[in-house]
Amino acid sequence: MKRVTLALTLALAAGLSAQAADAQTLKTIKDRGMLSCGVSQGLPGFSSPDDKGNWTGLDVDVCKAIAGAIFNDASKVKYVPLSAKDRFTALQSGEIDVLSRNTTWTISRDTSLGANFTGVTYYDGQGFMVKKSLKVNSALELNSASVCVQTGTTTEQNLADYFKANNMKYEVIAFGTNDETVKAYEAGRCDVFTTDQSGLYANRLKLANPNDHMVLPEIISKEPLGPMVRHGDDQWFDIVKWTLFAMLTAEELGVTSKNVDEKAKLENPELKRVLGTDGNFGEQLGLTKDWVVRIVKAVGNYGEVFDRNVGAGSPLGINRGLNNLWNKGGLQYAPPIR
Amino acid sequence: MSTEARKPPPQIALKIRRLLGGKAGWNGVAVQFAFAAVLGWIGYEIVSNARANLENQHIAAGFGFLRNNAGFDVNQTLISYTGSDTFLRVFVVGLLNTLIVSVVGIVFATLIGFIVALCRLSPNWLLSRVGEIYVETIRNLPLLFQILFWYLAVLAALPNPRQSISLLGIAFISNRGLVIPSPIGGSGLEPFLAMLALGIVASLALRFYARRALFQEGRMIRIWPYVLGLLFGLPLATILVTGLPFTFELPHLKGFNFAGGSRIIPEFVALALALSTYTAAFIAEIVRAGILSVHKGQMEAGSSLGLSRGTTLRLIVVPQAMRVIVPPLTNQYLNLTKNSSLAVAIGYPDLVSVFAGTSLSQTGQAIEIIAMTMGIYLLISLLTSAIMSVYGWRVSRSLGA
Repeated sequence: MKRVTLALTLALAAGLSAQAADAQTLKTIKDRGMLSCGVSQGLPGFSSPDDKGNWTGLDVDVCKAIAGAIFNDASKVKYVPLSAKDRFTALQSGEIDVLSRNTTWTISRDTSLGANFTGVTYYDGQGFMVKKSLKVNSALELNSASVCVQTGTTTEQNLADYFKANNMKYEVIAFGTNDETVKAYEAGRCDVFTTDQSGLYANRLKLANPNDHMVLPEIISKEPLGPMVRHGDDQWFDIVKWTLFAMLTAEELGVTSKNVDEKAKLENPELKRVLGTDGNFGEQLGLTKDWVVRIVKAVGNYGEVFDRNVGAGSPLGINRGLNNLWNKGGLQYAPPIR
Repeated sequence: MSTEARKPPPQIALKIRRLLGGKAGWNGVAVQFAFAAVLGWIGYEIVSNARANLENQHIAAGFGFLRNNAGFDVNQTLISYTGSDTFLRVFVVGLLNTLIVSVVGIVFATLIGFIVALCRLSPNWLLSRVGEIYVETIRNLPLLFQILFWYLAVLAALPNPRQSISLLGIAFISNRGLVIPSPIGGSGLEPFLAMLALGIVASLALRFYARRALFQEGRMIRIWPYVLGLLFGLPLATILVTGLPFTFELPHLKGFNFAGGSRIIPEFVALALALSTYTAAFIAEIVRAGILSVHKGQMEAGSSLGLSRGTTLRLIVVPQAMRVIVPPLTNQYLNLTKNSSLAVAIGYPDLVSVFAGTSLSQTGQAIEIIAMTMGIYLLISLLTSAIMSVYGWRVSRSLGA
């Protein structure tokens, strides 16, 4: 039902509203006093509510960082949980300001949805999870298997490509939400559960006996996950894009949520530029001079965010791998702040 | 005081005036045209505004996407489909899946509904209580929960394919569904089908002849032995002459799953089961109301004519009850069809799931896809209504009402 409502909202918004609302996302957010952020319906490590209803996760921290940069208050975020199918419609219709929901950057999504990806918060790839009792060691042994997948994802298309390319048959059972998919996998409806590898580890924690299940070694796709914003507001696009870059730059410069105030006092020219004691890059973005300080105080630098949510400091315990900084063997690289 | 007869206006002009303006005359016509023009203008504004805004936001628009490759698979397809087919074909696949589950659901809902209604009306205390409990329980629980219940309950109860329950070694039940042997056409297929068709046509002609004899000449002709011969004897005789029309491909376990044979997926079973039991509870009440609406004097009149209870019900009570039953029954059929869109919760690939779900998020063209989906649901509903109206009209006509 939600999908239909969303689509109708979109139809009405597209049909009746004036175009003027477009270029003023930042002003709208300030007037509202809240950032409206689209997140998943519950994917541990990325965005999931805890037992008190507080949202946590890597994607959630991106929302908090943006809210921190705008309001200097990371709590001013309204989280809108969205299924994979509904997420783009919610963004197009203006229900959310930014979509931070483990969404893969692809050319078709970048060009045909009226929205832009602002960067990559997590480099992921699609994998498979099976029950250990099946005694399968490779995805190439999955001929004639039944596969559970969440509908409306790139995963679904990669799956079709992979089995076709390897000349294997399979049966796909596609569910509307992540939880339904996992439940069907656990109930034995399918042999294999497939999603992004980070998601496999996260969902394995939800199973009754995580140790009875294993993630197969194959990674069958590139899944760069990142936030999305609507077309037509370049200022807002810049803000979301540079919020992520600020988190990366902070890690590169060793600025953490604990030492940010001391670092701001140092006479290092680069630190002064980044932390806003010199220059006015923040104001050029439409934010304040101390925007990076605000972001780091809100959530910490990228490394802290990664560790807390998906890395060594979390139940998921995922290695930095591709998500390490460029100078530490990873792919995460921010253009200079100058 | 004399009145002069007014000259009647020309017939054609009068007809047009009545048609368009009702009693208000030509003024009414003008109002109708103005109203139509305003409606048309609003529609045009909405469409052109939407187009302009979509273009401004660089959101792809138009129906060109229907020719693009879908790139995902569907696990129940009534027509051949692979990931390299177009979105248009996905639409047809989803539509057929919606139709098959709706038709199966309607048939079973009607059967169960009638049985439960007869139970509730039965003088047997136990039967009528069972009917009552069925109706009151089922219709007071949300349908979505019932669908999930059937799905998860059925899945949980079934073993995995390697330990599947074998039915005489030819059919297998597991949590992958029911696998049955699938027929493969043989040499005798064409004559067999031809004879079967001939048998059906001949039986219908015979029935027509028998009814005419009954109504016009008052002769009763027993036709069922001939019909039996035509429907079964004729095709069987053909098989003896031309050989088996088809052979069966037996399913066998291979790898993770069964290879060969046809499969009914558990999602279909769960959805059809939930839809038919749920709707049956409503249909039962409608049928009960219909039968109770016929005055009990009709039953007594039938008995006094010497008709048996069954014959009286069949020939006198039920036809009159149908007049009351058909309109609300149509509503239930429409509800069932629309409710089948809850399929997405259990991964049954119906129209809403594969087209308004997966295709929508793959293409992002919400307006076009939702419009197409709504349009087709409207069309299905209107067709169902039309068929039921014709049926209701025939029932009324046969009663002389």
